[in-house]
Amino acid sequence: MREKIAIGLAIAAAGLLAYDLYQIFLVLPDEAMQGAIYRIIFFHVPAAITGMIGYFVALTLSVLYLSSGKLRWDSLAASVVEVSVIFSVVNIVTGSIWARVIWGIWWTWDYRLTSALVCVLIFSGYLMMRRAIDEPTQRARLSSALCIFGCVDVVIVWKSIEWFRNNHPGPVLSIRTGGGTIDPAMERMIYFNLIALLLMAAALVLVRTRQEATAREIDSLRRLANAA
Amino acid sequence: MPGVQTPGSSHVRPLPAMIGSVRQALSVARKDLAIELRTKESLNAAGAFAIAILLLLSFVFDVTSEETRNIAGGLLWLVFAFAGALVFNRGFARELPNECLDALLASPLSRASLLIGKAIANLAMLLVVEFVSLIVFGIFYDIRWWLHPGELAAAFVLATWGISVVGAVFGALTVNLRLRELMLPVIIYPLLIPLLIAAIEITNLLFSAQPSQADQLLWGRLLIVFDVVFTALALLLADTILIT
Amino acid sequence: MPDAIALEHAWKFYGDYAALRDLTLRVDAGSCCALLGRNGAGKTTLLRILAGLSPFQRGRVTVFGQSPNSEKAREQVGFLGHGIGVYEDLSARENLHFFARVAGIRNSNTIANDWLDRVGLARVAAMPVRQFSRGMRQRLALARTFLHTPGVLLLDEPFTSLDDRAITMLSDLLTEARQRGATIVFSTHQLREAFAIASHVALIENGRLCYTGERTPEMLDDPALLYRRYMDAGAA
Repeated sequence: MREKIAIGLAIAAAGLLAYDLYQIFLVLPDEAMQGAIYRIIFFHVPAAITGMIGYFVALTLSVLYLSSGKLRWDSLAASVVEVSVIFSVVNIVTGSIWARVIWGIWWTWDYRLTSALVCVLIFSGYLMMRRAIDEPTQRARLSSALCIFGCVDVVIVWKSIEWFRNNHPGPVLSIRTGGGTIDPAMERMIYFNLIALLLMAAALVLVRTRQEATAREIDSLRRLANAA
Repeated sequence: MPGVQTPGSSHVRPLPAMIGSVRQALSVARKDLAIELRTKESLNAAGAFAIAILLLLSFVFDVTSEETRNIAGGLLWLVFAFAGALVFNRGFARELPNECLDALLASPLSRASLLIGKAIANLAMLLVVEFVSLIVFGIFYDIRWWLHPGELAAAFVLATWGISVVGAVFGALTVNLRLRELMLPVIIYPLLIPLLIAAIEITNLLFSAQPSQADQLLWGRLLIVFDVVFTALALLLADTILIT
Repeated sequence: MPDAIALEHAWKFYGDYAALRDLTLRVDAGSCCALLGRNGAGKTTLLRILAGLSPFQRGRVTVFGQSPNSEKAREQVGFLGHGIGVYEDLSARENLHFFARVAGIRNSNTIANDWLDRVGLARVAAMPVRQFSRGMRQRLALARTFLHTPGVLLLDEPFTSLDDRAITMLSDLLTEARQRGATIVFSTHQLREAFAIASHVALIENGRLCYTGERTPEMLDDPALLYRRYMDAGAA
C-alpha cells in the first residue's frame, strides 16, 4: 500500500515537473534585467521552502515520538530530515550558480545564505549523530532531543544573522511583499514547482521510511540471534 | 498496612523543591570542580590550547595594526569555543569510570539538577580559561580590554553560560556514543553560531573607547534570549537526555 | 501485604527487539527476591528499569506506587550495579559526603563519618579512592549504596567478585535492612547462596517470567530443581 502511494506521488511529481519545465523554458519569456538565468528561481525558492517545511515537520514528528514512544514517528523524522537536507543543498547550489552569473561571485556572507548553510550544518549533525548510535530506541530519543534543539536554534540563527548583515535580494513572493514585484505568471510557476518538489519530497520520504523500518527489523533479528 | 516503611525518612527531608534543586546542582558542580582542581585535566588542556592558538594567531595578521582591535572579539571567542569543547567533552565522560553516571542517575538527584550542575562547572572552568586568555591576549596584542570592566564581565558571563548549557546538554547526549569527542564539536558549533555572533559583536564594542549603547543592548538582548531559551529547553528535556 | 515493587505486563524494547516480554511481577514489601536466569535473560535490564536508569515501553512499573523514574521512588532506592559508582579522584569521605548531599540528607557529614566507621574505612577516609585496594573500594561502594537507608535495594550480582570481608559485610547489611522492613531484589548466578537469603525467587528466560513464588525448602536441598522444572529446555 505504502509503495503504491510512493509510486503515485512520484508519478504526480514527474508529471507536474514536466509541465512546469515546459512552461518555464518554452513559454515564459526571459526576465528584463537578468535574462535567462532568472529561471533558476523556480527551483531555488521552492527547494528552500521544501527544506524549511521539512525541518518543522521533523520537529513535530520528534515531539510526537517523545510523547508517544512510537518508533515510526522517529523513522519518519529521520527520513524527512535527510530529504530536507538534500533540498537545502539544492537551494544553496542553485543560489550559488545564480550569484556567480549575476554578482560574479559564488558566495556572499549574506544572512539568508549564511542561515541556510547553518541549517544544513545543524541537520547534518543530526544525521551524523544517528549513525553513531546503534540501539534504535536510544537513537530515537536522543535524536528527537537534538531535532528540537536544532529547530529552535534555526529561528534564533535566522534572526541574529539578519541583524548582522543583509544583502540578499528581497522577498519576491506576494505573500511577503504585498504584490507588484513579480509577474503573476512567473509567481504562479514558483508555486507550481513548489508543489512538484513537495510531491517528490514526499515520495522520497516514503521510500526512506521503508528503509528505516527494514533497518530496525534487521537490528532486532540480529539481537534475537545474539540472545539465543 | 501503614508500615510501607520509608526508613530513610528520619533524615531524608524534602526541602522546598526549588531550593533543593539548586542546592543539588551546586553539589554536583562543587564535586566536579573538586575533581578538576585535583586532576586539572580540562583546565590544563583548555588553557594550554587557548594560549597556543593565541600565539599562532600572531602569524596570521599584522599584530601592530589598528585592525587587531576590530577583530579581537572574533579571535577570542573562536578560541573560547574551541577550548570549551575540550572542557565539555570531559564533563560527562568524568562520570563513566566505575559507572558513576548510573549511581548518580539512580540517586534522588533530579536530572535537571545534574544537567545544570554540569553547566555550572563548565561555566566556572571556562571563565578561568577566558580570564587567563584575556590577560595573555592583552599582553601579546596590546589590547586595552579593561575599558568597560563591568559590561565586559556581564557579557562574558552571559555568553559563557549559553555555551556551557549547550556544552552540558550535548556532553550528556553524546556521552555513550562511539566517536564522542568528534560528535560533540560537530553538533555544538552550528548551534552556537547566534550566541557567538552576539558575543563577538559585544566584545568588539567593549574593546573600543566609546561603545554604542544601542548596539550593546541589541547583542546583549540576543545573549539573554539564547540563554533563557536553551536553559529552558535543557530543563525541559533533561529527563529525555539523561537516561541510559 | 502491599507491593513494594510491581510490574504489570511490562515490555522493554531495543528497537523492535523485545528484551522484556509481558512481565508481571510483584515483590511484597519486606521480602527478598532473587532474580535467576541465564546471561542475557533480562535480569540486568529489569533491575535497571526498577532503578529508573532505563525506560520501558509498555505496561506499568511502580516502586512504592511511584514511577521508578520519579525522584520520590529514587529516594527509596539503593542501587548497586556492576561498577562501584564512586569517584577515583575523590577521597572516601568526599565520595560519601557527596552522595549523601545528593540524596538530600541534611546531616551529610555525620552520616558519611558513621558509614566510614561502619565499613572500616575511617582510617583511610582522606585517601583518594585511586589508592584503594579492591576490597576497600567494594566496601566503599556498599556504604554508598546503603547510606540513605533505602527502602528498596536493587543489587546486580552483588556477590560476584566481592572478597570475604565485603561478603560478610553485605550479608550483615542485608539482614539488617530486612529487619527494618526494606525490600531486596538481587540477581545472581550462585543458586545456593541465593536460596540461603531469598524469601522469594523469580526465574527469567528470554525476557519472560517463567516462575515466581516463595523459596521452598526443597529448593535449598536441590538448587537446580527450579531450572529443570521451569526453564524451557528447547529455548537454549
